[in-house]
Amino acid sequence: MLEIKNLKSRIGDSEILRGLSLSVNAGEVHAIMGPNGSGKSTLAQVVAGHEDYEVTGGSVTFKGQDLLELEPEERARNGIFLGFQYPVEIPGVNNAYLLKAALNAKRKHHGLDEIDAFEFLKLAKEKMATLGMDPKFLNRGVNEGFSGGEKKRNEILQMAMLEPELAILDETDSGLDIDALKAVAQGVNSLRGPERAIILVTHYQRLLDYIEPDFVHVLSQGQIIKSGDKTLAHELEEKGYDWVREAATG
Amino acid sequence: MATESENLEGLVNRRYEHGFVTDIETESLPPGLDENVVRAISARKNEPEWLLEWRLQAYRQWLEMKEPEWAHLHYPKIEYDQISYYAAPKSDEDRPKSLDEVDPKLLETYDKLGIPLHERARLAGVAVDAVFDSVSVATTFKDKLADAGVIFCSFSEAVIEHPELVKQYLGSVVPRRDNYFAALNSAVFSDGSFVYIPKGVRCPMELSTYFRINAANTGQFERTLIVADEGSYVSYLEGCTAPMRDENQLHAAIVELVALDDAEIKYSTVQNWYPGDENGVGGIYNFVTKRGDCRGRNSKISWTQVETGSAITWKYPSCLLRGENSVGEFYSVAVTNNRQQADTGTKMIHIGRNTRSTIVSKGISAGKAQQSYRGLVRVMPQAAGARNHTQCDSLLIGKDCGAHTFPYMEIKHPSAKIEHEATTSKISADQLFYCRQRGISEEDAVNMIVNGFCKEVFKELPMEFAVEAQALLNVSLEGAVG
Repeated sequence: MLEIKNLKSRIGDSEILRGLSLSVNAGEVHAIMGPNGSGKSTLAQVVAGHEDYEVTGGSVTFKGQDLLELEPEERARNGIFLGFQYPVEIPGVNNAYLLKAALNAKRKHHGLDEIDAFEFLKLAKEKMATLGMDPKFLNRGVNEGFSGGEKKRNEILQMAMLEPELAILDETDSGLDIDALKAVAQGVNSLRGPERAIILVTHYQRLLDYIEPDFVHVLSQGQIIKSGDKTLAHELEEKGYDWVREAATG
Repeated sequence: MATESENLEGLVNRRYEHGFVTDIETESLPPGLDENVVRAISARKNEPEWLLEWRLQAYRQWLEMKEPEWAHLHYPKIEYDQISYYAAPKSDEDRPKSLDEVDPKLLETYDKLGIPLHERARLAGVAVDAVFDSVSVATTFKDKLADAGVIFCSFSEAVIEHPELVKQYLGSVVPRRDNYFAALNSAVFSDGSFVYIPKGVRCPMELSTYFRINAANTGQFERTLIVADEGSYVSYLEGCTAPMRDENQLHAAIVELVALDDAEIKYSTVQNWYPGDENGVGGIYNFVTKRGDCRGRNSKISWTQVETGSAITWKYPSCLLRGENSVGEFYSVAVTNNRQQADTGTKMIHIGRNTRSTIVSKGISAGKAQQSYRGLVRVMPQAAGARNHTQCDSLLIGKDCGAHTFPYMEIKHPSAKIEHEATTSKISADQLFYCRQRGISEEDAVNMIVNGFCKEVFKELPMEFAVEAQALLNVSLEGAVG
């Protein structure tokens, strides 16, 4: 589904991704781990199409299509979702309005009619119930005055509504208490299926207790230096990142 | 950020949708202003002697006054001698008796503006007094209004048909020598609307006037007078557009509102005068004096405006809160783009006891535009228990525009409660990327964010106007990004 080959990217003058390769198939859950500054978030932003990151080499294809050619909104409509590490506030724009606009943009792209207000509300309330969210959230400004946990839940709600084929969750677990973490994990798990892929970008093993990955990759200095199954995450938790780095260079 | 500013460059590339010129013969006076011009305007409208005298006094007062320079506006000196002070469609001699007699081209013009007089107006239940250049062309729904005792007609007609009302209220809110532009208008005003709502009557429909400046080099000096008698209610809508011209056209209007005991006037404006091109060539100079007088107890005047047009805007719709318990409101959205400049705001003058006022001002600047909010809240020594809440928010799109706030507060009574909140925010690249990552195009994202910003004001507009205002905003910011 997603093929990243020898990807190089920089922001300003600093090179962050230095020849990263990754292959993700439908039905798989990948965890990308690594120390601060290793390029985890950059990878997520580049796949989503953030214009501040310049791609200087390599290729990214999604469902066989050159992803780097597409605008961010086209990537989104094609099925890529990024759960942001720091979801931005948009004061005055009601949550339901953004959600509906996003859903309809996608539906339109796939030649479907716009969802009617009644159907939308029903769907949104259903999804919110499973995430333990108060329906009042729909009428609040997008992330406006939300707590850290509320923002992350809101990201998962958007994901649940949009049903992306590839979801990239950037540090979705950071700043969550245990209840919020469970709710988020449940939301992600309910989306798991043979036709979808999920990439979890995370710092800690904790999230992986609730969402079991099929693959774990260690990112360091803009490259994947080790890949393995979920046991790798436990090893990292015990030994830290240094032993992987030493093993890779030594 | 480089990408952001590149994207925002596109903002400049929007076009003005109402920039067509209707090819109708107009009868204009030659450019220039002296007493003879004032006499000629008055004679053409068969005005009574008292009104001619009133105009002449205004003209003499104007001669002694100086154009104000305190506003945060920069524009070349207006050559008052180069302006023609009167333009009327040729058919002035035999005015159309019904819509069937109106020049089809004129009706077409309204169609392009989206206000077909006979159909949509009827469907929408709106009575339209359309001012085309300077003379009121056709008025709909007169009969239905007449049944309710409501007078809604052109100003010229009111002078002839209801001289006692005009004489009583004309200039009673905005005196002739109130300011430079008010004096000019008082001398040369050509037409406008007159509304009188009798005691206890709730006007059965929303009243609407569409102003449009057509002829080149003519100033439009319309004058609106609305009187709501005791216990009455009226909602009045005003829309304005003008065709594209290279030269700047002057627009100096006066609106006077009078609300007597327990009366309420809701005055809504959607202003879309031609703003000039991206280099600041052409566009309307809009110098308007709008003032409402809450003369009676428990009266209420509410101004709601959405302003996207004009090269220069100088406008402060105000309320004189004289009556005990009277209420003044000002809800405003002003959009300035490219090289537009606006110095706008309101004045709330608390004179009576327990008077209340609310100000919600939303300014949006893009391109190289400069916008200033200037608001005065004055509580007089006798205005015990006065309350004001002001909220003044600015939204910037891009890095070359500016927003300025000049609040003035003069509080002369210790019991007054005054609140002022102000914010300035930007549409950030992060917000846009967030929306785009959810599949929403940049342009839709900008519109969504801007509309969210303006929501508090839009909800004050009558329904059909709110839809139009939202559409207008989207057009104004078309190509804002991407």
